[in-house]
Amino acid sequence: MADAKDIFLKDATVNAADGDQRAFISKALGGYYTNRDLQKARYRDWERARDAASMAKWSAVNDLANVLEKFVTNFERNGGVVHWARDAAEARTIILKIAEDAKAKAIVKSKCMTSEEIHLNDALEKAGYGVVESDLGEFIQQLRGEAPYHFVFPCMHVKREAISELFTKHLGTAPTDSPEELTMIARRHLRQLYIDADIGITGANFLVAETGQISITENEGNARLTAALPRIHIALSGIEKVVNHLDDLSVLLPMLATAGAGQPMTCYNTLYAGPRKPGECDGPEQFHIILLDNARTRLLADPEQRDALHCIRCGACLNVCPIFKNIGGLAYGTTYQGPIGSVITPHLRGLKQWNHLSGASSLCGACTDACPVRIDLHHHLLHNRRNAAKESPTLFDRVFHNGFNFVIKRPWLFAVGGRLFRATLPLLQKLPLPYMSSWMKTRDLPKAPAKSFRDEWKTQENV
Amino acid sequence: MSDARSDIFARIREALKVKAPRPHLKAETSSPKTSVAAKPWLPDGGESVEASLQILSEQLAKLKAVLIRVPDHVSAARALADLVAQKSWKKVAYHGHPIIQPLVASLPCEAWEADKSFDKQRLEGCDAGLTTCESIVAQLGSILVSSQSSGGRALSVLPHAHVVIAEVSQVVPDLGTSLALAKARHGDTMPSMLSYITGPSRTGDIERILVLGAHGPKELFLILVG
Ligand code: SF4
Repeated sequence: MADAKDIFLKDATVNAADGDQRAFISKALGGYYTNRDLQKARYRDWERARDAASMAKWSAVNDLANVLEKFVTNFERNGGVVHWARDAAEARTIILKIAEDAKAKAIVKSKCMTSEEIHLNDALEKAGYGVVESDLGEFIQQLRGEAPYHFVFPCMHVKREAISELFTKHLGTAPTDSPEELTMIARRHLRQLYIDADIGITGANFLVAETGQISITENEGNARLTAALPRIHIALSGIEKVVNHLDDLSVLLPMLATAGAGQPMTCYNTLYAGPRKPGECDGPEQFHIILLDNARTRLLADPEQRDALHCIRCGACLNVCPIFKNIGGLAYGTTYQGPIGSVITPHLRGLKQWNHLSGASSLCGACTDACPVRIDLHHHLLHNRRNAAKESPTLFDRVFHNGFNFVIKRPWLFAVGGRLFRATLPLLQKLPLPYMSSWMKTRDLPKAPAKSFRDEWKTQENV
Repeated sequence: MSDARSDIFARIREALKVKAPRPHLKAETSSPKTSVAAKPWLPDGGESVEASLQILSEQLAKLKAVLIRVPDHVSAARALADLVAQKSWKKVAYHGHPIIQPLVASLPCEAWEADKSFDKQRLEGCDAGLTTCESIVAQLGSILVSSQSSGGRALSVLPHAHVVIAEVSQVVPDLGTSLALAKARHGDTMPSMLSYITGPSRTGDIERILVLGAHGPKELFLILVG
């Protein structure tokens, strides 16, 4: 298998040169910027709201053991069953076991990035279950056999003609270029599947410790149906999704909607407390939650970057990132794309193989500004670069940094070196220098000035 | 082998031995937010009933939800019958609540009390679902339904349209107030589902172009009495 960095560099280069696709993505995001600004303007003080949102997550994450314990107690009191998974394999095993015990056949899923993280669909399909993604974007990506492009807008890179072709091929429907028609095709197709499914799998946006409820945010109504019609509801969630109080949602839900999609509130924000209760006419007989670690505790153990666990997965940092907009979401090769993905993937999957993502940033800070919970994203990218250089310095790191260290401490050597560098600069342009060649392929070195800064300083001082 | 639960807790306790700094707050003075105090930095929900109703109607219009205001229950029944006729709905499913029952008695179409003999296939075939709600959030245009106030989980999302009947007194200024109300009302026995519905179901998944009625109702009506 080629290494993640090589694939990334190759894909990123190809995508960045695809002007047509880049224009398409910019256009798709255009409406988002307008709506987000309109909604943000309704906040009487957006910055204060960010304070409150980040404090809500900070206080839960920094007291995670107690808050989780409280959540679990209340979740069980509501009649739900709690399962713990140290890693992806354990989570898959638990879900397969529930499906087997229930003699399930058909499974319907609503959008759940955590399930992408543990490659759940593959495992379920291999075990012989029919699995259907019900979120429109995820449904399209599932038919395409492709990972989501953006963790909030999974198929934002696909043009309507391609979707029409896809539906014609898989569902036998007539071609159309109307997004409305295409949406209705999916609606009609999926409705019967909810009704026939034995198990509904969802994610969770927030776990409310105080009440033991889980909160799910969605626009389409597919999560509502997934949790209403099948006889078993399984929710899969990372352990960091807890918040202390129900009231925390009064800040987090509107901000998630505004930052992520430019809405006042996402269309459905639903709180589930257990399976169907006595006196209720529908709802599942069983409600399970799988609480997943999968290296989150490793990120937790780094106090400097612990706040990356505050992420509410709104996607705002992707929408404003110049790198994301140019190379696209698939090039990252990660479950979570964009700035937040570049920050957390090295923690979740190894710094050595994934550090190259820390370089996929211009450090412009647009992500940090956009983040509703004030995660210091671009500094964390720098922290990862530093940590990688410490953990396993490359030859270049060593030679360059030690050399620089040596020279800078010796003013005479610095002066001589500078003169030499200025004299040979035109020549350097032509040499196939290691580490510099990819930079110089598209750029020329600047012309050397006649005088160094130090010489110039001396002249001016004497005037 | 130790079990996953205790392993994860051990990892968490170990990880949290080193404290993380508090986030850089813009306003250091902001008190830790655990009470249901008003949050004067969120979008405005109105200081008076009139102001709240004004904001609510603006929000609903932007969401493409339809607000029908009527003075009393008699006119609510008339408004509902008009709606059914205008939309030529043939089958309507309803939640058997004392304020809904009298309204459906004279409807010009088939009306079925869905929570008595729940049947998903039959519900899917209905043109509209008729429910009450717990509260309405002016600030965001959100309607809180629960598995108790709307006859279960499916009635407010499976039929092709959703009609909510509520009283003006159920309108609250903001989300915090609505959540506090739900907590006070249900305490430790929350309904198995509480759902904030903000406009008709929608998606932007195809080229980020807005389409209503992705999986849930294409149309949302709020008949507000009083
Ligand atoms: S890091 Fe912040 S901006 Fe990015 S997805 Fe998470 S919460 Fe949103």
